[in-house]
Amino acid sequence: MAILENELGVRLTARRPIGWNGKTLKQMREEVDRLSRETGCYAGLKELPFKESNPIRYEKIFAKLRGGVVHARETAKRVAASPIVEQEGELCFTLYTPEADSIVTSTGIIIHVGTMGAAIKYMIKNDYEENPGIEPGDIFCNNDCQIGNVHPCDVHTIVPIFWGEELVGWVGGVTHVIDVGATAPGSMTVGPVTRYDDGYQVACRKIGKNDILLRDWLIESQRSVRTTKYWLLDERTRVAGCHMIRDLVLQIIEEEGIDAYKQFIREVIEDGRRGFINQVKSMTIPGKYRGVSFVDVPYKHLDVPPYARLNTIMHAPSEMTIHKDGKLEIDFEGVNRWGWHSYNATPVSITSGIWVMLSQTLIPNDRVNDGAYYASRFGLPYGSWLNPDDIRTAHSYAWHFLVSAWSPLWRSLSRTYFARGYLEEVNAGNANTSNWLQGGGYNQFNENHAVNSFESAAEGVGASAVKDGIDHAAAVWNPEGDMGDMEIWELAEPLLYLGRTIKPNTGGYGKYRGGNGYETLRMVWGAKDWTMFFMGNGYMSSDCGLMGGYPAASGYRFEAHGTNIKELIEKRLPLPLGGDPDPGDPKYEKLIEAKEIKRDKQAITTETIFENYDLYLNYLRGGPGFGDPLERNPKAVETDLNDGHLLPKYAEKVYGAVISRDEKGRWVVDAAKTEQRRAEIRKERIKRGKPTREWMKQERKRILNKQAAIQVRHMYASSFALSEKFTNEFRQFWNLPEDWIIKENELEIPVFGARNQIQ
Amino acid sequence: MAKYDKKTIEELIDGTIDFFKLKEMLSNFKDPERFDTYLGILQERVPWEDRILLPAGLHLYIVQKENGDRIVKCDCGHEFCDYRDNWKLHALIYVRDTEEKLEELYPKLLAPDPEWQVIREYYCPSCGVQLEVENVTPWYPVIKDFEPDIDAFYEEWLGRPAPRPQAG
Repeated sequence: MAILENELGVRLTARRPIGWNGKTLKQMREEVDRLSRETGCYAGLKELPFKESNPIRYEKIFAKLRGGVVHARETAKRVAASPIVEQEGELCFTLYTPEADSIVTSTGIIIHVGTMGAAIKYMIKNDYEENPGIEPGDIFCNNDCQIGNVHPCDVHTIVPIFWGEELVGWVGGVTHVIDVGATAPGSMTVGPVTRYDDGYQVACRKIGKNDILLRDWLIESQRSVRTTKYWLLDERTRVAGCHMIRDLVLQIIEEEGIDAYKQFIREVIEDGRRGFINQVKSMTIPGKYRGVSFVDVPYKHLDVPPYARLNTIMHAPSEMTIHKDGKLEIDFEGVNRWGWHSYNATPVSITSGIWVMLSQTLIPNDRVNDGAYYASRFGLPYGSWLNPDDIRTAHSYAWHFLVSAWSPLWRSLSRTYFARGYLEEVNAGNANTSNWLQGGGYNQFNENHAVNSFESAAEGVGASAVKDGIDHAAAVWNPEGDMGDMEIWELAEPLLYLGRTIKPNTGGYGKYRGGNGYETLRMVWGAKDWTMFFMGNGYMSSDCGLMGGYPAASGYRFEAHGTNIKELIEKRLPLPLGGDPDPGDPKYEKLIEAKEIKRDKQAITTETIFENYDLYLNYLRGGPGFGDPLERNPKAVETDLNDGHLLPKYAEKVYGAVISRDEKGRWVVDAAKTEQRRAEIRKERIKRGKPTREWMKQERKRILNKQAAIQVRHMYASSFALSEKFTNEFRQFWNLPEDWIIKENELEIPVFGARNQIQ
Repeated sequence: MAKYDKKTIEELIDGTIDFFKLKEMLSNFKDPERFDTYLGILQERVPWEDRILLPAGLHLYIVQKENGDRIVKCDCGHEFCDYRDNWKLHALIYVRDTEEKLEELYPKLLAPDPEWQVIREYYCPSCGVQLEVENVTPWYPVIKDFEPDIDAFYEEWLGRPAPRPQAG
């Protein structure tokens, strides 16, 4: 055996390097990093000779590549069967340098510009060049979060591109698949608390040779997931796109010459870095900006392992520094520990996620590449939920907090846009993009099936400084948000639509309100052995308003089991067909009888059995508001009332509107009386408000006495445990004794995993 | 490079701008003159003379006093504090920390649970305008949102000296 290993070793190391000029990929990676570090310019490019001497040719190559990757995405999308890909466009393709820096990306879920690059870098670092080897025609797959992914359902296909014997780049394609064989059906399950529950994870594996997928891979991957046809066709989608882009690159090299291509791919990244700095300087203000967001993890009563059964809060404070030289630094110091839930994230998922946000605001153009990354710096504390120090962590529903954790950065940037007068760019933030209807079992076609409604790609958008946020329109992670056609979801899911309506009062109030969310009432139909679960914020609103605007509403769940709907249909009696506009004044319950109705704030659940005629309310959240609500145009309040965006009593209480109904039953706002009422409310505010420093004295007493719910104390304890700086700043702000502290082990709740880490 | 007249920027500030004009502004390259036009309009609209250095939020400005102090000031004239301090510490605060107070804002079940989260409203002590809202856990330090480097902005990015008080 030893002899064989030795022989194998000799043979493998004898492989000819596939990098440029006889170098290995690892050497190339190290060289780019060194040159970039030493010079501050990508790959040491202080000048851009190609762009400067031949700008038209340079732009032509970029346009061909960009057009080509977008075209490949649009074509490949049609290969998919999954509505997540075909309807919602949850896919993207990116072209990389040999060292895995991104050159150009398609439209779509561009968070994966970074994640696929991280996977390729992992292959380079781990000597894939020697073993298993990187050859023309190879196909690799990755969906391992701790290598380079957000959550396991985003599956990467990665193809090397060779020119002769040299590797000239990589192309990566990603789709969000509908099931990865986790403990519960669906793509982003809630039940997992460890990596081992998260589902099928493929760690940068070679799955194809000579452009053909290997049979052992096909068999194993098909046996590891529930929705085999979707898995297979999604994979065909990714392979098709990658091969189209590989052909395009080879064609461009043939036309332009290999030397020009090599020079171009370096310059375009440095160009991207410079462009990013220019954008920062032309749109923002140097300085420091701070924000925070939270999300609830209400696990105390969930059916999870004993060490995971506790209520806690995920905490993401962020400080954004815009340096005088235009570089951007984002520090999450104070963030708390990872947890036994599936909401942990990895550094590449949060940094890549931030690019998704930035590319929709600061760099809204086609030049999204790793140049911006080289102009930025991130502080992602090790051991936290966004940089776990333990191999066991679960990640299947990283979105529960990820999207909200970067929303304060959007507000921070908006403060700078506002200060410079670029009011049109101001955005109060994004919705917490939930609920994600998920589950599975036998569907209406008697297939082993999982569902994940991507209606959540159309939530309320945050308000701007010049207009309301758009209603039920978008999700920050998918710049082409779309709720999809009901008919398509009814084909994909054994759930009939009884209603799809605007959800009033869900966008944050303000001078300009956040976009409202919507809700769909689904009835289970044609399913067997069917389970579903809820997954959204309930006890907290994870976003915040801006400059006087309020946060969006938080969440709740409604589900009904053992209903009499079959009987109601047979007798042609009224059914619940609309929304649940005021959950405090429920209407569904007046129309149906049910053995069990759950209507509460527990908006995160594990699998629950659903029978036919059971009901599930899918409520999609709204965005935060901008500005004092008392400054809202009375006519806009009137329109909101008449269009079902606002319940009347909140028009009065929040907007100070004096309202009545006309003879046709339409709401009318009396502008003059409203102005008077608003003046009174401003006086009431002055009366009820306390000087902040006075209020701080009371709050300090509560802190000294450790008076707060267990989840609040746990959140602070796990932040204190990771950050001395945060602890000191906390003590300093509240003027607490130097020895004041809260520790996790004094809370009499499980601290499993807090002391020992498994790498 | 785009360029917009004063009227367009006024419409933008007032939220009366035509949708298609707004969309064009979003899609276009930014107009470098915007800051000066914007500041000019804001200065015209405030009832006091102190020079605005930078808007710090809706109704809030960092201004330069005659003695050279840079302070945060509300458009009603209320003066909060030095711009390096956190104006919220000099404002009025109202904390919604019970179900009853939270449900004045949101329907039942759509409001956060006060055991998890409270909503803090910050008002100007003089005019009662709501300047900022925080939704945070209990005990959370008051957030200092905005700490601009005014000198670097004027001198290094705009390429001109930061305004100074006139001598004498």
